[in-house]
Amino acid sequence: MSAHNDSNPPEPVDLSNPKLSRFEVYTEGLRRDDIEIIHYEPRFAKPGTKAEKRMERIVGGLFLFSGLFATAFVVAYIWWPWEYEGAATWRDLQTWYTPVLGTCLGLSLLFFAVGVLTWAKKLLPVEELVQDRHDGGSSSDDRKIAEATVDNMVEDIGLKRRPFLVKAALLGAAPLGLAAIAPLGALIKDPGDMLTVTGWNAERHNDGEPIRFMMRDGAMVRPDMVSVGGQITVYPAIDHGATNQYPTSPVLLIHLRDADAEILRKNLYPMYQDVDALWGNFVAYSKICTHVGCPTSLYEQQSQRLLCPCHQSQFNVVDNAAPVFGPATRHLPMLPFTVDEEGFFIAKSDFLVPPGPAFWNRPSLPEEDEK
Amino acid sequence: MKRRKGTSDSLLTKAGGELDDRFKLAGPARVLFNKVFPDHWSFLLGEIALFSFILLLLSGTFLALFFEPSMVEVTYHGAYVPLQGVEMSQAYASALDLSFEVRGGLFMRQMHHWSTLLFMASILIHMLRIFFTGAFRAPRETNWMIGILLFWLGFFEGFFGYSLPDDGLSGTGLRIMEGMTVSIPFIGPWASAALFGGQFPGTSVISMLYIIHVFVFPLLLLALITVHIGLVFAQKHTQWPGPGRTEHNVVGFRMFPNYVMKQIGFMLFIWGVLGAMAGLFQINPIWLFGPYEVSVVSSASQPDFYVMYLDGLIRLFPAWELRIPPYFTLPPVFWPGIVGMGLSVVLPLLYPALERRFTKDRGHHNLLQRPRDNAGRTSLGVMVVVFWIIGVISGGNDVFAEKFDISLNAMTWAGRIGLVVLPIIAYYVTYRICLGLQQHDREVLAHGLETGILMRDPNGRFYEVHQPLAEPDEHGHTELEYNGWVVPKKMNRIGALPPADKGFFKSIEEPSEDGRTERRDEIESGKH
Repeated sequence: MSAHNDSNPPEPVDLSNPKLSRFEVYTEGLRRDDIEIIHYEPRFAKPGTKAEKRMERIVGGLFLFSGLFATAFVVAYIWWPWEYEGAATWRDLQTWYTPVLGTCLGLSLLFFAVGVLTWAKKLLPVEELVQDRHDGGSSSDDRKIAEATVDNMVEDIGLKRRPFLVKAALLGAAPLGLAAIAPLGALIKDPGDMLTVTGWNAERHNDGEPIRFMMRDGAMVRPDMVSVGGQITVYPAIDHGATNQYPTSPVLLIHLRDADAEILRKNLYPMYQDVDALWGNFVAYSKICTHVGCPTSLYEQQSQRLLCPCHQSQFNVVDNAAPVFGPATRHLPMLPFTVDEEGFFIAKSDFLVPPGPAFWNRPSLPEEDEK
Repeated sequence: MKRRKGTSDSLLTKAGGELDDRFKLAGPARVLFNKVFPDHWSFLLGEIALFSFILLLLSGTFLALFFEPSMVEVTYHGAYVPLQGVEMSQAYASALDLSFEVRGGLFMRQMHHWSTLLFMASILIHMLRIFFTGAFRAPRETNWMIGILLFWLGFFEGFFGYSLPDDGLSGTGLRIMEGMTVSIPFIGPWASAALFGGQFPGTSVISMLYIIHVFVFPLLLLALITVHIGLVFAQKHTQWPGPGRTEHNVVGFRMFPNYVMKQIGFMLFIWGVLGAMAGLFQINPIWLFGPYEVSVVSSASQPDFYVMYLDGLIRLFPAWELRIPPYFTLPPVFWPGIVGMGLSVVLPLLYPALERRFTKDRGHHNLLQRPRDNAGRTSLGVMVVVFWIIGVISGGNDVFAEKFDISLNAMTWAGRIGLVVLPIIAYYVTYRICLGLQQHDREVLAHGLETGILMRDPNGRFYEVHQPLAEPDEHGHTELEYNGWVVPKKMNRIGALPPADKGFFKSIEEPSEDGRTERRDEIESGKH
């Protein structure tokens, strides 16, 4: 099968002929690889012309520039002041450290790249060759021999003659494969009640004593610390209560205006009415979005909405924080709370429903289906 | 000393002889040196991914020297003043040190991140080229599937990578991943507990992601990339149709020196661009985000662009939750997050098999198709691209809403409706465009080129003079067959109009010293 349809393919040459030129030996190599030259000529018909010399100078210059910038990179890397010294202006040299590195290394690489590319495009011969693709499978001889070889191998092992061994081997190998992945089981942990119990569980975390509201810096929270219309994030006042150890505990404490609080009291789900979840005009919602768990930290006072910046779920503050827009499907659980005799906010209990993203066996409540 | 007289030629010969004695290289080396590669700019898109990957290995090794994948709580006492005294994980502290207290560390971090973005972007563009030209058809389906796997490995490798610094943004990403994991029916809570060593975020996830990010996935990527390129090499590259090109040959230039030199130049070019970007363009300024705290997030928390479409789908999916009281809940995030991602993996993997099944085309194809010549496939591809773009835009819809002063909810609704409607419109429009282009090709082949010359015949009718591409019959028609390649559409494509004088500062067509005008031919076969 010839590589293409034109003329007759070149004849093989006798390599032992001492008169062969280098090029003739070379093209014999091409022939043996089923390659034919369609077009092959030097880029410059006459070697050593002004144009060729000029191109050589350009490529050489590009390489030298590359070296120059590479040197500049190394010099800058070592001697340019780089240590961060706090706020600085553009006049301070250290602010230019990274840009100088990038410029020098970038230019060095780009100059070398353009040099090599120019060499390839402007100085190498103009060429077009065609090679036989040899697409498709092997020759029928090869296939036949391979088939016989495999059949012979199957016969030698006795795969067909010894069905018992084959079955036994499979029965042995399956548990062996299982044994190979079994150690991954070390990763398996019983999730237990990690998705349902939070840091507000007094029995678990505070010997049954009511848990106070705490700010990020550890200060306990009193009603006079949140102005009307304001909101703060509070955490359970237990050891590490404000850290990531209690990821479902952060609560948004909102001091509603009278009118808004009135609306909320009217809308309150029965389960929250039963435990008297509000305290005055204060309401405490879980901050963890019921969609996939980002903090719903944007509070729009005008529309009384809480917005989760991750996927734009919106919750109505004056309606049990029920979802009103976006992909979330359940309200932000309310934390029932009151004020102790010393005037600090305390949680009455843990959340009544699990906060955070849903999971398959999360109890679903009739209250949530109302909307 | 006197033995050293030989020219460099004979030294080379001697070295070659020594090597061949030991490794028997003469035959295979010749085959390699002479191998013919077809030439087209679009064949180099995948190379960008390869070169970015090499740079990722290099810069990543540097970063690994200084990064500590530990979630132990420490108090930051480093150089960056605003965070001094803040409790944070060792991982975040060491990532800050990398940026502020390691010489050139910020440069390397930014190079690693930019290389990742280029790696993923070039994979996507490369994939589109392969898809739209039908290069995935037999015998290359296996390599297409390997390519899809490479994309998804890169997807998670990148996601895990930007999760490592344990800053505010990366923690938010992990939080969303946890929310998706826990949504899987029956195994969700267990899978989440296994990933995070208990309750999210736990204290082990960073070190687990670290070993995956620096060892397991790079190894898999490296292995698959090797097979991917090996298959391209062994099966020989596809080529565009054109003069002298058939299903059974390869027309192009030799691997050595032409192809290899261009590759080296191209590689250095990509690295040069990435090096400059690493120094000049800031990316992921983790010191601004602070350590990850479950109760803190800022608006405009966007993932890297290749994850954005998934995030967009999660944003757009309506609040549809399946509840079977008392104990079964299927959260809405399960559909876009788990099912959507699963389909994004499986459907592309199966596409070559599906196309074979529906077109019943089981032959081998080494010549590429122009997208217009397979209108169905091209329209399907554009449909997917439009779907993806809407996903990406929706993944940043809060930023669009803020910057362009649009209602956020309007953005979400536009995305929801757009996701359903626009791909269908895109399919139809693309299909019509393909047919139109096909028709125009045939028209030019039958009637010739529009010359722009208007004539008026004695009856007063105006008509345009056409330049036939071959000797016309008595009706002015030519019987030229379409061969799957570019049909000239303008007069200067067939050399009718001489090119304008070229040259930047001075004309390059000035007479050379021997007095003749040096002018390269404008048309070169098969090159566009």
